[in-house]
Amino acid sequence: MDGLIGIDDPVDGIDLASPEAGPKRARSLHARHAALDAASAQLRLLDGLPLADGDFDATLERVGHVGGLRPAALEFFQINVGKLCNMTCRHCHVDAGPDRVVENMDRATVDACIAALDRTRAHTVDITGGAPELNPHFRHLVDACVARGKHVIDRCNLTVLLLPRFRDLPEWFAERGVEVVCSLPHYRQRNTDAQRGDGTYERSILALRRLNAVGYGRGDPTRVLTLMANPSGAFLAGDQSKLEAEWKHGLEREHGVTFDRLFCLNNMPIARFLEWLVETDNLQGYMERLTNAFNPGAVDGLMCRSTLSVSWDGRVFDCDFNQMLDLEAQPEGARSTIFDFDAEAFARRRIVTERHCFGCTAGAGSSCGGSTS
Amino acid sequence: MDPYYKPEHLPHFGDIGQGAPDLGRKFFDYYGAVFAQGALSEREKALIALAVAHTVQCAYCIDAWSTGALEKGADLEQMTEAIHVATAIRGGASLVHGMQMLEHVKKLGM
Repeated sequence: MDGLIGIDDPVDGIDLASPEAGPKRARSLHARHAALDAASAQLRLLDGLPLADGDFDATLERVGHVGGLRPAALEFFQINVGKLCNMTCRHCHVDAGPDRVVENMDRATVDACIAALDRTRAHTVDITGGAPELNPHFRHLVDACVARGKHVIDRCNLTVLLLPRFRDLPEWFAERGVEVVCSLPHYRQRNTDAQRGDGTYERSILALRRLNAVGYGRGDPTRVLTLMANPSGAFLAGDQSKLEAEWKHGLEREHGVTFDRLFCLNNMPIARFLEWLVETDNLQGYMERLTNAFNPGAVDGLMCRSTLSVSWDGRVFDCDFNQMLDLEAQPEGARSTIFDFDAEAFARRRIVTERHCFGCTAGAGSSCGGSTS
Repeated sequence: MDPYYKPEHLPHFGDIGQGAPDLGRKFFDYYGAVFAQGALSEREKALIALAVAHTVQCAYCIDAWSTGALEKGADLEQMTEAIHVATAIRGGASLVHGMQMLEHVKKLGM
């Protein structure tokens, strides 16, 4: 691959697989050749569970969405630039890790995304991974989107900002008005490290301080610092606005760290979180919790209705979760990749839904933009 | 033999309204209002509920409020401290009654 940073190509002498490069709570399903590495095995497992109200489309119909879920206007152009990551969190729905050196977007696909972006009215480009910063074309992609006047989001694991090659990123982001959306499962240490690996919390606080130092998280609309919290276990995300107030208070009091807003999202029963649910005998109970907490008020705001999601290899999906389950978007007519993307056909698609979708409709609703109700 | 406590009772707690619907409704309305954010946050109320659940040793309540406290953003350290508060009051309640014992002993003894 072209200049990818991986286990054979250390970042400034640091092996991404080492604990120095980032905490490791688990190993990827892929590296372990686990049965659940296959998306089809994950879907089969979910589908085979005995659930009283486990048919997502039938549940939607009961609340008035007959004929499946249909898209709203496209707002968010989400690009998953690859699965490479300096961390290996226990709950990762991407199954990202330092071993994922193949599944990373090349320059031609990045440029195809930019060309396709020009054919849409999406106002925001949401760049995710893995750790998207590790992709060698990341800065080119950000610059191209900023030049087009798009709001750019970097979904950041925080610890990557401490790697020598990326220490300039906070300032680089600030100069471009990039919104930084950071993973932090809890404002206290225990729950954060349990999910993301020992030492994550401490490094995350350090990275947040660096972002604060260049003006992030201080109410400046051009330097927005958003924290993204998902529960560290088989329970639902809490009330976003109430948790935000407690987090702001807690982080400022304990560390002098400030941020602008908190997004809460539920863990999706996909990939490594799915494996954890199975291993801890939580799967049945968690799926019951999700289906029992189905919230009709969360449906309209589902992110798949306003999002397009591109994978590292240029395939197009309704959302990042469907992407990880290999459930490609089904636009009217022929399926397309980002290379021959047809925005109009895409706008007329029916969104692909399966049982994992209950994760986004449970409780206050859940999305890459936080709660949806 | 079937256990007296069955976890599946908890999600069906609402069925208790079958025998006295009005009272059931009043209880659950009240219960919901109690745990809404007020002068105390939902997290603080969840921690109090968890501590009281251990005091009354209600397995259903411990199940419900362990999940509830986590969902309201508490972590294991906060939850354990809350239980120690209940424990301290419980133990203290025994010990402070020792003052009555002391009084009896002083009255009766030489």
